[in-house]
Amino acid sequence: MEGHDFALWEKRIDALMVLCGGKGLFTVDGLRRALEDMGEEAFEKYSYYERWIAATNQNLIEAGVYTLEELGQRMEEIAARGPTYGEAQGD
Amino acid sequence: MPHDHHDHDHLSPSGHPFRADNDTALTYWQQMEIAVRELLVKKGQLTSVEINAQIEAMDARSPADGAAVVARAWVDPDFKARLLDNAAAATREMGFDIGPLNLIAVENTATVHNLIVCTLCSCYPRNLLGLPPDWYKTRAYRSRAVKEPRKVLREFGVDLPDTSQIRVHDSTADMRYVVIPARPDGTEGMDEATLAKLVTRDSMIGTGLARVPGVA
Repeated sequence: MEGHDFALWEKRIDALMVLCGGKGLFTVDGLRRALEDMGEEAFEKYSYYERWIAATNQNLIEAGVYTLEELGQRMEEIAARGPTYGEAQGD
Repeated sequence: MPHDHHDHDHLSPSGHPFRADNDTALTYWQQMEIAVRELLVKKGQLTSVEINAQIEAMDARSPADGAAVVARAWVDPDFKARLLDNAAAATREMGFDIGPLNLIAVENTATVHNLIVCTLCSCYPRNLLGLPPDWYKTRAYRSRAVKEPRKVLREFGVDLPDTSQIRVHDSTADMRYVVIPARPDGTEGMDEATLAKLVTRDSMIGTGLARVPGVA
């Protein structure tokens, strides 16, 4: 039950949550609500930061920061950059 | 001991753990992280510089910050009084920027032992101690810490007499706790820096006690 070194993508999710929260784009309550809406099986299937990026994304779409279409299009572009996180990660 | 890794199933022939890098297959959620980050930058909500600075600031925080605060409280009764009165202000006094967080310090004594949990998610005094350990975020810890704290503490190697009172504090988004562990015997006359080395992360969560000098 020891801690692990967080991977860069996990640290980035952490940073996005903190910064977006600080800018008032969503609240912790909003994040929790999105987490709870994911249902119980999400807690079995997905890791901690996987659930947090899902909740962050949900809240940002609801806040109108970007649309679901923009997200889908961007995710496709990212997948086309290469098969690994290193190749797809952007700056 | 650089080769003293806990997880022996994942060691390479050289004795080093296999370490995940950026060369494993891109997952759906990583793809989403990249997309969300890039869209936030594109929409002018965040900059890459801000994101990198936030990661760096979080990386710089560690239990050593909390340990310094505890050691100060052990040697300076006035500071301890201020810490118990308003932990956010007292830690700021020492130069630790804990942000807008409400922080409550709770003190372990001969008769009271405090334990911190976040039953809902993973609220943790991260601006003072860094990111929470994995076990802190598990459902097992979050549910059992409130239902059977004595048993959980025994599993962490903390065996308290039945006469001691255990107080479990449930953290929230607006209210975080940090435990001031009891100062171990045999530390009289030690300076702050030496004392701080006795203060472990777990002792500030309540799942451990401060180290006793001379005992590994």
